[in-house]
Amino acid sequence: MDALSIKGLKKRFLKGRKGEVRALWGIGLRVAPGEIYGVLGPNGSGKSTLVRIVATLLLPDAGEVRVFGYDVVREARKVRELIHRVSTEAAFFKKLSPMENLLYGARLYGIPGRIAARRARELFSRLGLPPERVGKPMEQLSRGQQQKVAIARAFLHPPRLLLLDEPTTGLDPRSKREVQELILELREREGTTVFLTTHDMDEADRICDRVAILDEGRIVAQGTPAALKARVSRDGAEATMEEVFFAVTGKEWRDDESTEAV
Amino acid sequence: MRAPRPFRRELIATWGFVARNIHLTKRYWGWELVWFVYSLTSSLAVAYIGLGTERLSGPGVDGNYLTLYLLVGTLVWSYLSQIFYVISEMVAWERWEGTIEYTFMAPSSRLTHLVGTSLFAVVYGVARTLLILAAAALFFDLNLVGADLGAATLWLFVGSISFTGFGILAAVMPLLFPERGVQMTNVVAALLLLISGVYYPVEVLPGWLQFLARVSPATYVIRGMRGAILEGRGLGDAARPLVLLFLGGLAMIVFGTWAFSLAERYAKRTGRLKRSG
Repeated sequence: MDALSIKGLKKRFLKGRKGEVRALWGIGLRVAPGEIYGVLGPNGSGKSTLVRIVATLLLPDAGEVRVFGYDVVREARKVRELIHRVSTEAAFFKKLSPMENLLYGARLYGIPGRIAARRARELFSRLGLPPERVGKPMEQLSRGQQQKVAIARAFLHPPRLLLLDEPTTGLDPRSKREVQELILELREREGTTVFLTTHDMDEADRICDRVAILDEGRIVAQGTPAALKARVSRDGAEATMEEVFFAVTGKEWRDDESTEAV
Repeated sequence: MRAPRPFRRELIATWGFVARNIHLTKRYWGWELVWFVYSLTSSLAVAYIGLGTERLSGPGVDGNYLTLYLLVGTLVWSYLSQIFYVISEMVAWERWEGTIEYTFMAPSSRLTHLVGTSLFAVVYGVARTLLILAAAALFFDLNLVGADLGAATLWLFVGSISFTGFGILAAVMPLLFPERGVQMTNVVAALLLLISGVYYPVEVLPGWLQFLARVSPATYVIRGMRGAILEGRGLGDAARPLVLLFLGGLAMIVFGTWAFSLAERYAKRTGRLKRSG
């Protein structure tokens, strides 16, 4: 059974009185259990919309999305038990400490506070979060530390499918590297399937088993990074993912983090 | 990790919402102090109108009665409005913090979310109102001899149920209107304050406002509380309106929860869950 299967997925948003934005238009993909699958695309290409639909936070207009066989619309509660999502924005109560935020999160998943606190301490230690930070408000932590707390929260109740929506956007190179190592380690240790969106070409190349390139709501190419690069290489020289993107979309890659994601 | 049984899981999640709000209250203690002082001084200022009226109008006015009349109104309103605001702003608060998608993605039921938030609202409202009452008692010679405190407690309990339903229904607005929803809930609260006889008998209002007063549960709670405290009316006199208020409150909770689930679906269809207002 696929960890994630998507068929004919469409989603549009109304903007203003008559305008509409086609965020996703006929998306289809399958992710195998234990795989790290990356969705690569510029801002506004529909990556976040795709993740939100899988996370049961948006309803699709058409098509079917299943997580380990469960339909995200009709069996949303079952799906929610199997997934967790970590997004670019730190979705925390800013005044609460990492421990207080994690206790809240754990209880939502039915984990009693005592067990959650013990597990949270183990995760903080494994992630290298300084002990003196555990009781401080989240707003006093760096972006990198906040993102580590977000990943720790996701693994309090280990998900079978981890949705990472641009988890390293805005991080400094060292924090970015640490988070990437963590994703690989957690996949190795827990066997978790990872569905990752990114606009970082190197990240996709480095940690994803397969990637899909999303442009204007459509998947324009998918395969392993090596296969995609081989498809566009010339004269035996290995192509870069930027060259792959150009070849399949006809557009220059613009890594503009300031644009609002769709 | 073994999954807990569904009922136990929902109980733990319910406590999760209560504990989260307790933590938030502690972390925002400075603001809590500000609002407490504001509520206390407002209550005192309103209650002093009773003594002031006696001074201005002469001995024909029973200043102590009027003071207690106003104090009951202001304290009950403080309690009920607190419940209303905590519940009705739960969506707006989480939008502002940026956690709304996280909470809505969790496998606990929406009913658990609403119950947990409502439970905290009631406990918080009781604690806050008792503190204001204790502080107000230092300023006035409150004579509660003859008051039926048992009936007063029951009125407050039943009033809590009604306002929980009202709060859940009002919480739909921030879900549907990210930019204007909170303003709308404030307008609803202001209207309830005007029509419910908090500081005066509803009979002094124009006819059309008196008609609206009949649909506000606060009208009955405040009238019942005054009857129990100022006139010592027991449960025998209050049984019928109490039962009606209770049933109305339950119906409002059921209707509010249903409306909330429809609004959640609409927000998920149109992408309004995430937008911050």
